Amino acid sequence: MNDNPTHGPIVVLAGGLSHERDVSLRSGRRVAQALRDQGKEVVESDLTPDLIDLLRSLENPVAFPVLHGGVGEDGGLQQVLTLLDVAYVGSDPGACRRSFNKAVGGPLAAQAGLARPRMAALPHDMFRELGAAALVVALGERIGFPMIVKPARGGSALGCTKVDAVEELPSAMVAAYSYGDLAVVEEFIEGTEVAVTVVELDGAPVALPAVEIRPNSGIYDYTARYTAGETRFIVPATLGDEAAAACAELAVAAHRVLGLRDLSRADIVVRQEGTPVLIETNVAPGMTETSLLPQAVEAAGWDFGLLCAQLVDNAWARHLA
Amino acid sequence: MTLPEPSRRDTRLDPYIDAYAERTHGLTVSAVRALFAVANRPEVVSLAGGMPNIADLPREALGRAVDRLIAERGTQAMQYGSGQGEPFMREKIVEVMAEEHIRAHADDVVVTCGSQQALDLVTRVFCDPGDVVLAEAPSYVGALGTFHAYQCQVVHVAMDDAGLDPVALRGALVSLKAAGKRVKFLYTIPNFQNPTGVTQTVERRRAILEIAREHDLLIIEDNPYGLLTLGPAPLPALRSMDADNVIYLGSFSKIFAPGFRVGWVLAPHAVREKLVLTQEAATLCPPVFSQFAIATYLDEFDWRSQITVFRDMYRARRDAMLAGLEEHMLEGTTWTQPDGGFFVWVTLPEGLDSQAMLPRAVTARVAYTPGTAFYADGMGSRNMRLSFCFPTPERILEGTRRLGEVLVQEQEMHRTFGLGTTTTRHHDLTAGPAPDIS
Repeated sequence: MNDNPTHGPIVVLAGGLSHERDVSLRSGRRVAQALRDQGKEVVESDLTPDLIDLLRSLENPVAFPVLHGGVGEDGGLQQVLTLLDVAYVGSDPGACRRSFNKAVGGPLAAQAGLARPRMAALPHDMFRELGAAALVVALGERIGFPMIVKPARGGSALGCTKVDAVEELPSAMVAAYSYGDLAVVEEFIEGTEVAVTVVELDGAPVALPAVEIRPNSGIYDYTARYTAGETRFIVPATLGDEAAAACAELAVAAHRVLGLRDLSRADIVVRQEGTPVLIETNVAPGMTETSLLPQAVEAAGWDFGLLCAQLVDNAWARHLA
Repeated sequence: MTLPEPSRRDTRLDPYIDAYAERTHGLTVSAVRALFAVANRPEVVSLAGGMPNIADLPREALGRAVDRLIAERGTQAMQYGSGQGEPFMREKIVEVMAEEHIRAHADDVVVTCGSQQALDLVTRVFCDPGDVVLAEAPSYVGALGTFHAYQCQVVHVAMDDAGLDPVALRGALVSLKAAGKRVKFLYTIPNFQNPTGVTQTVERRRAILEIAREHDLLIIEDNPYGLLTLGPAPLPALRSMDADNVIYLGSFSKIFAPGFRVGWVLAPHAVREKLVLTQEAATLCPPVFSQFAIATYLDEFDWRSQITVFRDMYRARRDAMLAGLEEHMLEGTTWTQPDGGFFVWVTLPEGLDSQAMLPRAVTARVAYTPGTAFYADGMGSRNMRLSFCFPTPERILEGTRRLGEVLVQEQEMHRTFGLGTTTTRHHDLTAGPAPDIS
């Protein structure tokens, strides 16, 4: 790895005003510490009105956004960094927008031929204007049960509900709409749940070992994600060689289709017969103590801090190019 | 880049997961609690926390007094102290309690690390796993956490606008006795209760004490807000009406500042001895420097006038909240009318679920505490606790306006999807905000 950086301070951006602020703050602290352990000069900042002045006051800063949800993940922040001509780690604004919005990213992946669950994305206005009863029935017929209902723009499983029968669907829709005005209804895929991290270091995306997720409760919800002990993680996943390779291929393909950069995480369910199905791709994967990406990095034999530092160097080199 | 062949790692990321005590069960990260992370951001009007507004304290003069304290008595103030608390502090506490007509002796006072630790010590001294503790429905979230930690069974007793219902109390005692359950004590907050803001009437207090005597029921009276009355003079404390059956918990957190972490227990002599030994086992001694600092404040400053300043400030905030609710709440919503303390308790129209609605509120930049945080049995989804202690009156008005819009949206959503009026139960032990949430 290149350890001869020519950039200035690294500005780790975490927090924001999204529903995932708490997770972002945890991720940010972890990334900042990992970079400091590499001897890097790090400034930690929330998204505040002072941020632009801060970035302008630093010489050759590189931003490392670790924001989950909201403007930190939907491309808004990346657009601002581009406008300010500040180097940053991660995907460009367009790719962030495509990936963060499940109503956009999912169909794009499907159109590119990647295996995806059946899905429908509906704003809440549709239900109000057309009547919920008929639409609920149509969703049941088209998607089938069980299904997953989730906010189109969100993460950490917030607002997600598994729905087993049509009478459960209305309350699940309301739960998803509590987080935003667009919801996605997807076929529930039964199988082994894995996460595959994709990292670009030498110009080509590489899939790290798949992390298998086995929540104690059976549901990988917010509590299972962020409470140590509530989920069993197996890395590499207990998949056959063929299925593991297919997962890696799917994650890299999704990364490419969505035009992502530097790093991403694909959430995949592997059907019993070994076929992987792409659930979603995350442009700002969690970096907390219980998150999947750091586990994949460790399983790959890499150092998390070195990886972060290398991504910063790459972002700086890209900026200079 | 080629990757080395990895060895398989199978982990739950917590090597002690099978070693924890049973009482830690349920202490997990909560999605509801995580939503409060935005509450301290300036864009958000937080009506969620319970932080007192201490900006009106004479901070510069306090700073000089603390400087002198360190210079002149630092070797004592920064040393270990008595497990019962410093004698001068206990004398001062007796003076403070006299403001509420409580007659006590300093020997019967045990100083604690906030009244939260006072409750912890009392519960530790009295309760075995499975013992029943009675508490108002709803009750203070921090007390429920303590009772859970000692594996008590909390049985809620109904209350109304006049406080804990004596008829319901008697009924609970009779049915629990018939069921062979051992009731250890009744935990009650008679003044400006957290979370409802309701005050027990004097008649209710008499009736509750009478029932307690009949049933040999110990009462734990928690009174952090008593002196923060916004109306008439404080009502007599239960302890002032019955010195034998009541253990009294007090605090400097609301009448001075919470950062010192000084509270106290006033207990009958035999109990006091056990509390002191338990305190020594827990922390050796309550914070000594804080006791010196608080005693200095009580000696050198006009603390009674400061309470008047606090009352005037909180009155303006309470009034703003009640006016805002009147103007902005959805039809069918009701709320309490507190005469003091920090909180208003709101009851939503049937079917609405304050816990499920919280993400929508956070999006609208307003936060509250869902009512479910204040019940051990999953109830409270139709309720929310609104705090008027920390934001300015202008911000409180803005907060209620935002909340009103959120309620309209939520009700519209419920109508769209034809959701019924079923009350949802939520069991989340950690749904309340952390103490540093405004």
